[in-house]
Amino acid sequence: MNTFFANGLFANVDWPEIWQASLDTLLMLGGSFVFTVLLGLPLGVLLFLTSKRQLLAQPVVYGVLSFIANIIRSVPFVILLIVLIPVTELIVGTSLGVAGAIPPLVIGATPFFARLVETALREVDQGIVEATQAMGATTTQIVLRALLPEAKPGLIASCTVTAITLISYTAMSGLIGGGGLGDLAIRYGYQRYQSDVMAVTVVLLVIVVQVLQMLGDRLVIHFSRK
Amino acid sequence: MITFKHIHKAYRVGGSDIPALQGIDFEIQAGEIFGIIGHSGAGKSTLVRLINLLERPTSGQVLIDNVDITALDAEGVRLQRQRIGMIFQHFNLLSSKTVAQNVAFPLELAGVANKHQIRKRVAALLARVGLTDHADKYPAQLSGGQKQRVGIARALATEPKILLCDEATSALDPQTTQSVLQLLADINRELGLTIVIITHEMDVVRRIADRVAVLDAGRVAEIGPVAEVFLHPKHATTRRFVLEDEHVDEGEERDDFAHVPGRIVRLTFTGDSTYEPLLGAVARATGIDFSILAGRIDRIKDTPYGQLTVAFTGGDVPAALAQLAGRGLAVEEVRA
Ligand SMILES: Nc1ncnc2c1ncn2[C@@H]1O[C@H](COP(=O)(O)OP(=O)(O)O)[C@@H](O)[C@H]1O
Ligand SMILES: [Mg+2]
Repeated sequence: MNTFFANGLFANVDWPEIWQASLDTLLMLGGSFVFTVLLGLPLGVLLFLTSKRQLLAQPVVYGVLSFIANIIRSVPFVILLIVLIPVTELIVGTSLGVAGAIPPLVIGATPFFARLVETALREVDQGIVEATQAMGATTTQIVLRALLPEAKPGLIASCTVTAITLISYTAMSGLIGGGGLGDLAIRYGYQRYQSDVMAVTVVLLVIVVQVLQMLGDRLVIHFSRK
Repeated sequence: MITFKHIHKAYRVGGSDIPALQGIDFEIQAGEIFGIIGHSGAGKSTLVRLINLLERPTSGQVLIDNVDITALDAEGVRLQRQRIGMIFQHFNLLSSKTVAQNVAFPLELAGVANKHQIRKRVAALLARVGLTDHADKYPAQLSGGQKQRVGIARALATEPKILLCDEATSALDPQTTQSVLQLLADINRELGLTIVIITHEMDVVRRIADRVAVLDAGRVAEIGPVAEVFLHPKHATTRRFVLEDEHVDEGEERDDFAHVPGRIVRLTFTGDSTYEPLLGAVARATGIDFSILAGRIDRIKDTPYGQLTVAFTGGDVPAALAQLAGRGLAVEEVRA
């Protein structure tokens, strides 16, 4: 059994492998984040607009969207990963590696992000929507020129939370062969009791999360005018 | 210019209809400042929001320049709205835009593409409302009065014919209110803009409105020139506004007057007669004595007026009242 000090500090750590795993994690994060935002932002806007007393109030549409989002959000991500394997194979041709990890990450995080977007839009003063409407704006103009810019700090905070959630999801996707730091932590740290590998991967994950949070907070402050 | 025809409006709340407007019929003339006053929940906001169709009537029509705007399609409504400016109690400026960007916003929405033209127009508007030095600030950096000035500049950007003001001064202190009202009055004069101003404060109406409608529970209780409506209130709601404004408690006043002998009348002077020594002259001529129980001298828009509650004793009171009436004063019996 290996421990921290048996053969010197970090004896089990294969640094090139750590490097590769870090890159994989960042790739999974970047790829899934981009698609999550691309899908989740419009979905969140739609949720907001179709909700009660909003511009396109559509109780049925809202009800259906809301129900689907809640279902996906209430399934534990690990289960979602496994259930989605056939879907993933259909989309990217494999359920392994970085490419195989991205579809379940996106499907898991999109409803989460959409809900955060909906909430951020709800924070915008209704009076601003009304004033913009009174100027003769179209619904598209109201969304693009008033709602989204006014919600910017809230939307950035939503992006930060989502990115950090994605990091922890990528760690889980290691379970089904997704690769990345989480995969290393499980295969070496957990299954082979190599605590040093575990420690290094966890520290790296913590650093990524800290950096993301700091970046997000900075941006929020930069764009806040209140 | 703006005509309300048989307007009814009910809000559907949890399966039942809450009536907000119940039969509104009147007309607002081009170029006037029209006040709509009423207590909270009277239906003022609903009424003013019909003019730019932020609300739609349940039944009835709203005509602007003889066009029924309730019959317009979505595009027609949008174009119509671009010709109507609106300012709000809480200003509703975009916090993510600078003052200049806020004022440019309606122009951009209306599809004005020429940046140079927009810049020129924004500069002129900011100069007009006295905010040239604040062009690059964000709304959060401005005082309430400055924010409302931005609101006014923004509302005027597309050169509208009508300006709607929903409690536009209710969030401002008295001095700022005064200067914002002055700005509105000036703009009305310079641009010939029709201004519809809704408020629960009588002072606002008295300072700048030409005509006023008193709204009570979704109906027009009284309508007419401001001086007429406020100096000779007929409806209980109007009377309440007048008394509130003068800080008079009707019950207390009646108790006080009970101890006063003689005939009590309310005399209203308007225009030039306000400053003439009528009361003394008439008292000498008819041998009556008078004591002043209450009174105020003020202005309604540009017209000075005085209103005195007076008790007459001795001499020939009927002759005195006839003389006063003959000199153009309004004489109302408070107690015979
Ligand atoms: N969106 C709404 N939904 C339901 N009821 C409303 C709505 N807006 C106004 N009302 C009701 O209509 C009545 C008139 O409201 P409003 O026009 O806002 O009055 P005011 O501006 O004079 O205070 C009130 O009883 C109010 O509760
Ligand atoms: Mg109101």
